[in-house]
Amino acid sequence: MDLDARLENVAVLGAAGKMGSGIALLLAQEMAKQKIASGGDRSYVLTLMDVDQSALTGLMSYLRAQLTKLGEKSTIALRADYADRADLVENGDIINAFVEEALSFCRPTTSLDAIKGANLVFEAIIEDKNIKLDVLKKIDALCPDAYYLTNTSSIPIGVIDKGVPLNGRIIGYHFYNPPAVQKLLELISPEGVKPELVETGVELAKKLRKKVFLANDIAGFIGNGHFMRDILHATSEVKKLAQEAGEAEAAYMMNRVSQEFMIRPMGIFQLIDYVGIDVCRFIMNVMTEHIEGETLSDDLLNRMAEAGVMGGQHADGSQKDGFLKYERGRPAGIYDLTKGGYVMFADGDWAAALDSKLGSLPDGHAPWRALLMDPKKDEKLEVYFGNLAKSGALGSNLAKAYLVRSREIGEKLVSDGVANSVDDVNGVMMNGFYHLYGPINKHVDLMVDAVR
Amino acid sequence: MKSLRKPIYATAAYNTVSLGTGRKEFHPKKPRPGIEHYIEEAGRGALAQINDTANIDEGVIANFMAPRFNRQGNLPALMPLIDAKLEYKPLVSVEGACGSGGLALTTATKSILSGMADTVLAVGVEVQNTVKAIYGADILGGAGHYASQRKSGHAYFFPSKFSDRAGAAYEKFGYDKVREAMARWYERAVLNARECPKAQEHHNSTEDLFATGMTRPNGKTFCDHINVYDCSKVSDGASAVVFASEEGLSKLGVDKKDTVELIGFGQVVADISKDPEDQTKLTTSARAAKAAMEMAGITPKDIGMLEVHDCFTIGGILSLEAIGICGSGEAFDFVREGGTAPAGAMPTNLSGGLVGYGHYTGGTGVRQAADIVMQFTGKPDGQKLVQDANKPYGLMVSMGGNDRTVVSCVFKKVR
Repeated sequence: MDLDARLENVAVLGAAGKMGSGIALLLAQEMAKQKIASGGDRSYVLTLMDVDQSALTGLMSYLRAQLTKLGEKSTIALRADYADRADLVENGDIINAFVEEALSFCRPTTSLDAIKGANLVFEAIIEDKNIKLDVLKKIDALCPDAYYLTNTSSIPIGVIDKGVPLNGRIIGYHFYNPPAVQKLLELISPEGVKPELVETGVELAKKLRKKVFLANDIAGFIGNGHFMRDILHATSEVKKLAQEAGEAEAAYMMNRVSQEFMIRPMGIFQLIDYVGIDVCRFIMNVMTEHIEGETLSDDLLNRMAEAGVMGGQHADGSQKDGFLKYERGRPAGIYDLTKGGYVMFADGDWAAALDSKLGSLPDGHAPWRALLMDPKKDEKLEVYFGNLAKSGALGSNLAKAYLVRSREIGEKLVSDGVANSVDDVNGVMMNGFYHLYGPINKHVDLMVDAVR
Repeated sequence: MKSLRKPIYATAAYNTVSLGTGRKEFHPKKPRPGIEHYIEEAGRGALAQINDTANIDEGVIANFMAPRFNRQGNLPALMPLIDAKLEYKPLVSVEGACGSGGLALTTATKSILSGMADTVLAVGVEVQNTVKAIYGADILGGAGHYASQRKSGHAYFFPSKFSDRAGAAYEKFGYDKVREAMARWYERAVLNARECPKAQEHHNSTEDLFATGMTRPNGKTFCDHINVYDCSKVSDGASAVVFASEEGLSKLGVDKKDTVELIGFGQVVADISKDPEDQTKLTTSARAAKAAMEMAGITPKDIGMLEVHDCFTIGGILSLEAIGICGSGEAFDFVREGGTAPAGAMPTNLSGGLVGYGHYTGGTGVRQAADIVMQFTGKPDGQKLVQDANKPYGLMVSMGGNDRTVVSCVFKKVR
């Protein structure tokens, strides 16, 4: 069965969740396009399964709103698609028809039985191996020929494949959050995977306009494989700095170093909050379970979780407080475990004192946002990193050590066979984490001596 | 050739801010003033320049699509919101798409010529930011022929009509020349708008406007032959002008030095279901301008300033040829060489025109007349004064649709 045929009957498990709803939107868009292109000759079903009935209602509103926005953005193409429909004249008529067409084949359900007959099953349920195995076993009995695409960000795909068993009918299909926006897709092939399934996955990614990177089946894969170890470096630095400065103060400094001195889109603790402290801990646990000889665990994250500070996002996508406190989406304070509350950047002069302790940013620094679209980005980074290497400021030294460690992590992903190449590691970090430069880069050569 | 049976004067001009993207105070998701606010502000701004609203005999309000943008019809009955003294007077609305404003001017003039009125308040208004641009394009598409053109038309219906004109001009006169002229038109529009605090592009601080204007058109995201900078923006705004006879002026207590004289107009309408015979010519506008100049007894050489309908940069350029300022195919170089700048041979659209000041569609024709009044009475509200004692005439063209419903007026400075 080719991809077009498989797309006639698709199911998303965990469709009302953060990842599931984005995946559902991408599929609804693509299937609606195919349906229109087929002139209505083919019928389509997108089964949207979730255990939470009220969240499914929210999902349908979300899909309607997002499909409308998409229709508004692609009206020029839709007018051509609907050229034969004499009843659709104005843009408003055409956008509505597109939205209704897409929603007409979306079937929200809480029942697993509704998935019967699906050709492609996207799995985005809770990151728990036993629950995943249990659900997939039940579904496989209903859809014995289906291909499975799991969004797990850490559990080895081979474990799921053998546990069900699915006999090579599953790949990791790891979207980044939010799936509708993020361009990166990690495709993970377990041992014994059906080659047609990998081809189908690559072809589908193209249709969904995603950039695919192939990763091997080792827990954490490329993205989290790097990110989790990156976190551990930051927290180990916090531990050292905390002896003199205090823990919250140390976290403030590392957050600033990782964002500004390293010119990343956000500081490491803001990124942990974005993903969710509990989610990070969970991924570390799963990686520890499946990777021999390495324990990924962090005392600071554990203590934050025990204190009930979790980060993550509200249902509307806004940021919950975590390591940092957010005001209008921007960090405004940091959690102090000894005080059991947030200390605000604007209260007193502690933040300014820490900033001066870190020292000024090396010459040639530009904020991440300014460089993002700059055609001379690479030249400017080269100048900046040259100055960073020479700078003896505390912030610069912490950044240098971080860059060296980040490269080691990236190189180990290649040598351990998680990634097939340096380019894949760099590609995932640049496309999934919006880094301006990959962790494995020549600039780090300048830092190595300084760090040692 | 008909001539005016008595002198007609225009005075008490007022423009509101043209609100929309580009203005610092504009935020698409925040509540904004409604159509009533604009009618009231413009009307009151004009009436504040006369002695008493009781002396206004009639009113005319120009608007294109309030029933769709604002779900509001029966606009004459909104005029008493300006001043209770307008209630129970003969008030009327006129519509001719983006040429509605021009129709308000001729309607007011004809009422005075007929002897039924000595003083008429003309208001033009449009409030369009109530819908997203993609739906606004449907509404504005009503200026074309729905039955024969809309289904086959582009998502951005009107931009594509003028994109076709630009495409034809590229082919006939060369891409670089035409494209550069369009970019220069954009640059000039913004430069003039920067001088005017109420203009939509007043806050535009782009350094290299010409480079921006040269952005290569992309048919996949917009139109094949024009970019978004070639287009006037979506605007909310209103303008008002009072028209009066000699007797009317004394009734209103207005000194002649605060007026301009309307000495000729042409009102010409073409068949909406027909496509332009030549995409590089605005033939209806040419007829209207010719009629206006004949009535006024002037030639293009006498004109000191222009207000042309540049809903799109290409339209502005082609109107220079339609009026007779340039010969066929010559307007592109004229614009490239700065001919339309305040210090150029033919100062044009001194407050920025539709591209720079903004285009509150049904109100634009009244705004053009208001700007000419301000220019010739020396109360310019930002626009540069360019008066040449030897050329005391200002000509405007108000155009509805794709050169379909057109009004041209010639005003003369009163000495």
